Order: sequence, then C-alpha cells, then structure tokens
Amino acid sequence: MSPDVPATNTPASDQPASPRAEPVLELRGVNTHYGAVHILKDVDLAIYSGELVCLLGGNASGKSTTLRTILGLVTPTTGDVVLEGQVVTHQPTRERVALGVTMVPENRRLFKRLTVRENLDLGAYLRTDSDQIAADMEQIFELFPRVKERINQKSGTLSGGEQQMVAIGRALMANPRVLLMDEPSMGLAPALVQQNFELIQQIHEAGLTVFMVEQNANMALSIADRGWVLQTGRVVLDDTAENLLAHPDLQASYLGTAEQ
Amino acid sequence: MTAVADPMAASTGDTVPETVRRRRVLDQNWRELLKVGAILMVGQVFIALSGMPVSFDRRLIIDPILSLGYLSLLWLPLVVGYAVGREQALEGMMAYTKGGREVLAGAITGVLGNLGLTLLVVGITHFDIRDPLVNWSPQLLELLEFEQSVWFGALIWLGIGAATGAAGGGLHWVGARNRRTVITVIAAVSSAAVLESVITDLAQGFHIEAVANWLYAPKRGLTSPAAAVVAGATILAVNAISALRARAAHRLVSAAEASPTESGSTRGGRLSPRRLAGFALTVAAVIVLPLFLGRLTNELLANVGLFILLALGLNIIVGLAGILDLGYVAFFAVGGYSVAVLTSPGSPRFSPEMPWIGALFIAMLLAGLVGLFIGAPVIRMRGDYLAVVTLGFGEIIRILLLSDWLSGTFNGAQGIINIPGVEIFGLTTVRGFEPRSVLYLVLFFCAIAIYVSWRLENSRIGRAWMAIREDESVAEAMGVDTVSAKLMAFVTGAVLGSFSGAILSAKVGSIFPHSFAIIVSIVILVVVIFGGMGNIAGVIAGAAVLIGVLGGPNQPGLLQEFAEFKILIYGALLVWMMLQRSEGLIPSVRRARELHTDELNQDAWLRAQADEADDASNPGVLDGQGPRP
Repeated sequence: MSPDVPATNTPASDQPASPRAEPVLELRGVNTHYGAVHILKDVDLAIYSGELVCLLGGNASGKSTTLRTILGLVTPTTGDVVLEGQVVTHQPTRERVALGVTMVPENRRLFKRLTVRENLDLGAYLRTDSDQIAADMEQIFELFPRVKERINQKSGTLSGGEQQMVAIGRALMANPRVLLMDEPSMGLAPALVQQNFELIQQIHEAGLTVFMVEQNANMALSIADRGWVLQTGRVVLDDTAENLLAHPDLQASYLGTAEQ
Repeated sequence: MTAVADPMAASTGDTVPETVRRRRVLDQNWRELLKVGAILMVGQVFIALSGMPVSFDRRLIIDPILSLGYLSLLWLPLVVGYAVGREQALEGMMAYTKGGREVLAGAITGVLGNLGLTLLVVGITHFDIRDPLVNWSPQLLELLEFEQSVWFGALIWLGIGAATGAAGGGLHWVGARNRRTVITVIAAVSSAAVLESVITDLAQGFHIEAVANWLYAPKRGLTSPAAAVVAGATILAVNAISALRARAAHRLVSAAEASPTESGSTRGGRLSPRRLAGFALTVAAVIVLPLFLGRLTNELLANVGLFILLALGLNIIVGLAGILDLGYVAFFAVGGYSVAVLTSPGSPRFSPEMPWIGALFIAMLLAGLVGLFIGAPVIRMRGDYLAVVTLGFGEIIRILLLSDWLSGTFNGAQGIINIPGVEIFGLTTVRGFEPRSVLYLVLFFCAIAIYVSWRLENSRIGRAWMAIREDESVAEAMGVDTVSAKLMAFVTGAVLGSFSGAILSAKVGSIFPHSFAIIVSIVILVVVIFGGMGNIAGVIAGAAVLIGVLGGPNQPGLLQEFAEFKILIYGALLVWMMLQRSEGLIPSVRRARELHTDELNQDAWLRAQADEADDASNPGVLDGQGPRP
C-alpha cells in the first residue's frame, strides 16, 4: 500500500507473498465531490489479480461512490483510477467496461421487462467476438443451470435468487477482469444472502477477481481475502480478513459510532 | 409433459366440484352495489349531457331498431353490470358458481345508474338550465322519452337499466364460452355497421353492389335481417374456430406427453411457413385492395397511413427508448414545412421549386438536425421534467412558424399554398385529389418505416434503447453510451415523422401552423399507447382503429358523428389504457415469445378444459383464468 494511507490505527497489512507485477485495479489518492460535498477523501485502494476483497462501511460512508468512481459514473476531483496499469480517470464508462471492469448493481437491477437472454446479451453489449460470447453464455449456464431454464422468461418474473444469478451472469458476460459487487446482500432474504455469498465464492474460485462493497461485515469477511473499512469517505482500516474480523474497532467503526 | 398435464387434470377434474358453491340470490354486497350504481348514474348523466345521444341519433347501427345515440346510453350499464359481478378466482380459496345473484346485482346497478336518466327526464321537463348545460335540451328530452310522455320516459329507463344491467350480469351465468361468443357477436355487428362506407365502397369496386344494398339500409346502418345474418355467421365462425383450437391444443398436449423432450424445441419458429404465408397474404391484400376502393376509403386509409408513420416514429422514442416525448408534432411540422418551402412556387422568400423527392431528403436532414437540437438539452432530464420540456419544444416550433419574425419565410398564419404533387421519376404524379396514388405513396413509406423499426428493434442499438428504457443507470454501467443512443432515438423518430409531414404537404397542397397543434402530439401518443408501446403490429392496429374509426385531430374518421367528441374519447381511452391495460391493445409479441411453447399449450389446453367444464354446467369456475391480456 502507498505509505500515505491516512489514519489507520492498525499496522500496515502484511500482504500475501505471491509475486504481483501490478494491481488490476487501483485508486490513487482519490477525492470525489458531489457538488460541494466532499464524499471520498484521499482513498487509496489496490486490488490484485485473483483476489476477493471487500470494502466495508456503514450508510453514507462512500462505498457506492467508490464504485461509481471506479466505473466512471462520477469523475474524481483529484487522484487517479488505474485499470491494468492504465490511467482511466477521465475515460467514459464504456471504455472502462471494455478494459474489464463490470458491476453487479445493488438490488440486482435487472432489465425487468426484457428476457433473461436479452439481459445477458446486454452484459456483452460492448463485445464483438460473437463466438466467444456464445461460449461464455454456455459457461454461465454451467455455473447457473437455473438461468438456462429461465432463458426466455422476462427477468422481472424470476425469484430473488434467480434474479441474482442473472445479475451476476449479466456482469460475467462482459468478460471482466474485475467484478464489482455493490451490496450483494441487500434486499435478499437471509437464506438467499447465504446462497449469494456462495455464488460469489464460486465465481471467485473460478478465477475471477472480485471487489465487493458490503454492509454485512461478518458475512463479507468470511469469504474475502482482504478488506478495507470506509468511514465518512476515508479508509480507516486496511487489513486481511482474519485480522479485520478480530479487530476490536471493527464493529464500532462499521456501525459508524467510532468518532475520529 | 406429464408434469404439466397432471396439476391441470387435478384442478379441473377433482378439486373443482368441492370448491363450487352457489350463493343465494339476495346474498349481495349492498354497499358495493350502491357505490357502483352511483358511479354509473354519474356516467350516464354525463354521457346524456355531453350531447352524444342526440348527435349520434341519426346514425343507425341496426336499421329500425338501434341508433348509435341509444347505443351510447346502453353500453355502460351492460359493462358495469358485468363488472359488478366480477371476482378474481383466488387459488386455494372458495370459488363460487355465478348465477342469479350476479344477474340481480347487474340489474340493481343498472336501475340505480339509469335513475340518473329518469331524474334527467323529470328535470328537463321542470327546469331550464340550458345556460350552463348546452345539451339540457328538448331534443334530449324527446330522445329520452321515446317521443312519449314524461312518465313513460322516466319509467322506461329504469326498465332498460334493469334489462341491460341484468344482461351484463347474465354474461357470468352463461359461462366463459358463451360469453366470448356474445361479445364477439356484439363486436362483429357493430364493426359491420361502422364499416358501412368501406364495405359499400369495396362492394362497388368488386361490382357486387347487390350485397351492400342488401346489407345496409342506405346511410342508415345494417338492415335487421343483415344484422341477424352477421350475428349468425359470427356464432358459427366462433364455434368452428374454438373447436379447431381445442383440437389443436389437445393434439399438442398429447404429442408433448408422448415425447416430453421435443416440446421445447418447437419454440421460436419466427419464420414458419404459416407466418410467411400470412405475411405474404397481408402484403398482397394491402397492395391490391386500394385498386378496388373508392375515393373516400382511400383518403381515409391514406390518413391512417400518415398516422402509422408518425406512430412508428414516436414508438421508437417512447416505446423503445422510453423517452416520453410530448412534442413529437415538431418533427411532423419540420417535414411538412421543409417540403412546402422547397417545392411550392408560393413560398414567399425562398422558393427553389425543387422536386418533391429532393425536398424529402432535405426535410429528412432538417428533421434529423431538429431531433439533435431538441434532443441534446432534453436527454439530460428524466421523467416528468423531460416530458414537460419536450411539450414546450413542440409548441415552440409551431409558434415560430406562426411568428411575425419568420413570416417572411413561412408566411405566418396564411401558411404556404400551391404545393405541387409528388412526381415520381417523371412516370406519374401523386396529387391530393387522387387519393389512391397518395395511399400507395403512404404505403411505400409505411413499408420503409416498418422495416426500419423492425430491424432497429432487433439490433444492437435497439437493445441499448430497451436497456435505457428499463434502467438507464445500469445500461450506462453495462457500457451503453446512453447519450448517443438517446440522440439516435430522437433522430430516427424525427426522420420517420418527417416522412409523414412531407407526404401531408404534397397531399393537401397547402400547410398551416395550426395543423401542428399540441393535440396532434397527444393523439399520436394515444395511438402508440393504445396499440402497445414498443410493439410494431400494435402501433399499426392502434392507428387503424383510432384514426380509421374516430379520425385524427384534423382528419375525419369513419364515424364522422364522433368529430365533436373525439378528444373526449381519446382522453377517456388514454385513462382507461393506463389503468387497465398498460401493455396496450395487442400485448407485445415479445410476451408470447418469452413463454415456452409448453406454457402456451398449457394455456390453450386450460381454456379448452374450461369450455368443457362450462358445457358440463359448471359455468364460471375458471373465471379470471380466461384469456387475459
């Protein structure tokens, strides 16, 4: 991590020893404003290939803004977004998607009146390699056989769990290098949350780098390698999942009660 | 597909007799009846005082028996009488057999509703409030009294209310199949009456005037024997078709049972020989029929075609991209005025007198530019704001055309006249006084518009539009360039709209700003919504029914008596569509496509079972599972 990580009250995370050329996705000193409101404050994140990492934080801590900044739905005031070593801070969303970052939005947000197949096709909207697209769709069917059963159904008519599979499938159709997951446990019944995290673990084990943003800290850390805790737009904790789980301040800061 | 068949067998065969009970006739929900009756009363009085009965009285549906005027007072009690007995069949709940209770409920609401008319009869006799209520008139009184005494008029309406309401309620009693037959017969007889001028025209074209003369009393609707024959033929046709369908469904189900794996693979078939044949037949009919039609019908169809063009253009903006554009008339105006200025020798300042085809290309270009110009500021907004701003832009174009500032070019309120016809490569000239040639021109452009719409809908940009319509932020996160996609929608819609304007210019030969009032935008939107947004066939059907029957904002339809009430009816339709059938008249084919074949078969089979259950005197058991949109 860069040396100027602000106000972390834990020792710098001991990173796994595996050799890493470059992070897949990196935020360097990012500050983001909505109008005059300062949302993200000097955020530094680095995600390496094959990792499953999570960004934790309470309401209004800046989690979603971080994702929006990564995707280019909002442009940071200062700092850079780096994808595969390429600075994309001022690139439009579609070019970042083409470079390999896709999001599974909060609450799934499928195109409800379109069929499952159309949803998946839209995931591959920027791709032109039609052979590979068909192969990828087959792979998604292997991963989620239920999706194949429902392929011609309007996605709005599916159950919550099935919709989650389609949402993940839709993102995978973009053939991403990093998958961003916005609040995967949001709006789902507890049993489905469990299933959902199993899905995430499953696609991670299939070799995909996953960056998830979550309020449910225990759940997220139970499957993640590393994590950050965001509080009022600042990264306050940065450690491995085990250390974070064991950290005494975690519950407090996650709930937003710890004052700085 | 035993898995499909079994639960069906259980629901129709075993469980039904247990859940069926008949309620006592007096076991009514009196509060509900009073409420609905009061609403019906307001409706009936409103219709009477709107002037419809009197204006429509001259138009007969069935020669000596029924005029459109009386029909306007009869339909509502029938519909409400039916509606009041309607119940959703809930799974796992007690389902009741419909019978005398529903008839009584309908009769009571009918009487309550027509009490309004009775009061109106008495009221008109004793008071004169014609000052605010224009239609509080002796003519209305005469009509309501059947030219008899006051007391006869007052009482007969109560009786009519009871009868129509009971008939509406009785539709529950007769069972699903008979109900469908009755409704189809009513629809067939009224369409036959409404289509009088078209059918007479066609008969003349084919030199079989005798048929038309027998069918219609001259300008007075169907003759009574003809109405009986139409009704009889419809009954036979309905029975034959439903028998065929039931047989086909049974065959499909048994085939699926024999080889469960095959049922899925028969899905799709978008270019099956049957569909192709149907398509070829339609195209042939559309090309050949105008040759046999007279001037008036061709004129009417040309107007319908102009609105099909407009509706297809708006359908891209509203139906596919989901941008609620209330100022679509702007593109119609740009097309019309560009062609007028470029071709007419009467254009005041700038008059190149170009040939129509050249002018059309410039009109398309200009419309595209205006689309960009209006679209660019507008697409940053969403929802209501966007609608209001487009509304404003639509008006701005009309006001600019009307303004003194630009009157040097557009001649203000005097408009541009002497617009020449369309010369087609020196072969022939299309002029407004030859409606047939205009119709062919319109059909040609409709064909282009249909092809373009169809290709776009199934293209990458079409998918992007639908994604934006469904969820703009997510579409953007998927990599869709939302700004340029939305601009594309505006530009494509604008160009299609300009076709219509360009043809209108050449057809009418003159053009005025008042032809492009805001109501045109609204009517096009109603056509799109009525047909079903985002659905090409629906939009065409919507234009044919609404513009053909009611007429466009400045164009007469088949029912010219409706002219005064057109806007009222458009408004009422819009409200009803939004409340009851937001999917449109013809739910999108996409809906049918998304269902598996076995689900479709299951539906057909279920319907056939329901009909059989009816025959086994279990009427109304599956009410609510019938053909719903």
